[in-house]
Amino acid sequence: MFKKVFRLTMIIAVMVFLSAGIKGQATASDVMAISGAGATFPYPVYAKWADAYNKVTGIKLNYQSIGSGGGIKQIKAKTVDFGASDAPLKPEDLDKSGLLQFPMIMGGVVPVVNIPGISSGSLKMSNELLADIYLGKVKKWNDEKIKTENPGLKLPDRAITVVHRSDGSGTTWIFTNYLSKVSPEWKSKVGNDKAVAWPAGVGGKGNEGVASYVQRIKGSIGYVEYAYALQNKLTYIKLHNRSGGFVVPSSKTFQAAAANADWTHAKGFYMVLTDQPGKDSWPITGASFILVYNNQDKPDVGKAALKFFDWCYSNGSKMAEKLDYVPMPDNVANLVRATWHEKIKDPQGMPIW
Amino acid sequence: MDTSINNRGAVFDKLFYHSTRLCAFAVLLVIIAIIISLIIGAWPALKKFGFGFLTSTAWNPVTEEFGALVSIYGTLLTSAIAMAIGVPVSFGIALFITELCPVWLKRPIGIAIELLAAIPSIIYGMWGLFILAPLFGDYVEPWFTNHFGDIPLLGALFSGPPMGIGVATAGIILSIMIIPFMAAVMRDMFEVVPAVLKESAYGIGATTWEVIYKVVLPYTKIGVVGGIMLGLGRALGETMAVTFVIGNANRINASLFMPGNTISSSLANQFTEAVGEIYTSSLIALGLILFLITFIVLALAKLLLYRLSKQEGSRT
Repeated sequence: MFKKVFRLTMIIAVMVFLSAGIKGQATASDVMAISGAGATFPYPVYAKWADAYNKVTGIKLNYQSIGSGGGIKQIKAKTVDFGASDAPLKPEDLDKSGLLQFPMIMGGVVPVVNIPGISSGSLKMSNELLADIYLGKVKKWNDEKIKTENPGLKLPDRAITVVHRSDGSGTTWIFTNYLSKVSPEWKSKVGNDKAVAWPAGVGGKGNEGVASYVQRIKGSIGYVEYAYALQNKLTYIKLHNRSGGFVVPSSKTFQAAAANADWTHAKGFYMVLTDQPGKDSWPITGASFILVYNNQDKPDVGKAALKFFDWCYSNGSKMAEKLDYVPMPDNVANLVRATWHEKIKDPQGMPIW
Repeated sequence: MDTSINNRGAVFDKLFYHSTRLCAFAVLLVIIAIIISLIIGAWPALKKFGFGFLTSTAWNPVTEEFGALVSIYGTLLTSAIAMAIGVPVSFGIALFITELCPVWLKRPIGIAIELLAAIPSIIYGMWGLFILAPLFGDYVEPWFTNHFGDIPLLGALFSGPPMGIGVATAGIILSIMIIPFMAAVMRDMFEVVPAVLKESAYGIGATTWEVIYKVVLPYTKIGVVGGIMLGLGRALGETMAVTFVIGNANRINASLFMPGNTISSSLANQFTEAVGEIYTSSLIALGLILFLITFIVLALAKLLLYRLSKQEGSRT
């Protein structure tokens, strides 16, 4: 008797399951999962958005934060629906691979120090000085150059330990891009990449690695994403920007840098937000990008992904700000939506947005 | 009836023989496959840099110039430090447990060593970074710099700001990680020495040290060297713990307190973000070099054992 009932329920269960499967195939437009991979820097906010979006729509976003380089490799291999990178791809590179790139979120990179007796925002630095320290030319905290820029500040006779990232990272890309812009010597000697041949210092793995090295080593200076500086209560410094003002890192100064960016004329959204004009602009600001294919083999999945990004632009700003990121302004979001309509096509050549 | 059972036994025997052989050959096959894929992956870099890859200290992703010397140096140096500390200590542990320890203490110490061996390396790395490195930087390194820093030549080993992060710390963490392995193998070896041999030695009036040096060690030579090699193999290839504390700087420094780099930590740090054929290929070439280093070390160990046993023959 029991066996019979069990068998009956099993048959019914299988039938229900099968019919559900058939139904799912019949209306393929309701895609239930989107997959993406790439940059680690925006991972917290993407995860937050994905969670909120799942609660609203039931669609799951599977994002693997394997690093920008990995994200680019994965989207080129078409194993994911979208890739994410902190360093923008050059327009010609995009054309070659048939990819479309658009900015999703912004944030700031912050130099942090550990000098006994120095509190957040009290140490000021010009761009050249920061570059000279990272070049290993300024070796002590009581160097004349630092003293003249900080009259009245008591600086110890302590060696400067430079801390950088040991792993390849978008954060390093933004930071070295900034140094290359402000220091010709840095540009010719070291250059701009996700990993570079550092002239001085020690390398920590990940933002957390740099943060813990800076906390550990007295007399150290490092650079981390803003959120890590806040979470670890690290001592940040004031930086001199292009328009001649000293600024402290905050979402306001990041926004100021972003506001001056001219996205309309940036081909392929290739835009680097470092060293922007404006007296409130934080000089080491960067955007994180999403990569999708212009020609979508699976337009349903592509459309589901775009819907998610659209939802994030419209509804995600509060969540991003809570996590100390800077959301994209509405005019940029509209520009991105227009580009989707213009560029992203299904196999029949019809726009999917 | 009888024959059929026998036949069945023969079939099973054959089956058993072939399945075990399959397992053994699978190992060989995997090793060969790994070597081949490493060589294929490393080929673009080896073709571009040639032999210079081994002798160049450059590691510049921007200009795509790569060399392995810094990583090789760091790998060998950290392993040497680890062996210099680890071998005597594990030797002492194993001897104490087997020869000198009161019986009731044998088990607790033995279990503690086995537990140490079971701790994942990431835990060692975090412990090293958050606990050992600060202690080392605040107390040990300044002491060394103050006492030995002024001596010419030797002083260079202990110069530089006390950061607590560097080649020396990595070597110490490595030694702590390999001690349980070596101690466990050595203990098992010492335990198989027949009691009658030791008792005869004690019987003719030998001291404990003489028994160990002249009876236990010669008897267990091969096993002890095997244990040391096991530890060395682990030290050469250890990744996460080293990455946490070595400082990851691509420079060769005279000072043990300055940051460095090892092959496996370079790989762990850079593989995910490496773009471009030459960059990725150079990292794979590093992997190939590590493979070769391990191979050479094993071969040298075998050679050492061979020569030891030859000497033995001539003396008796």
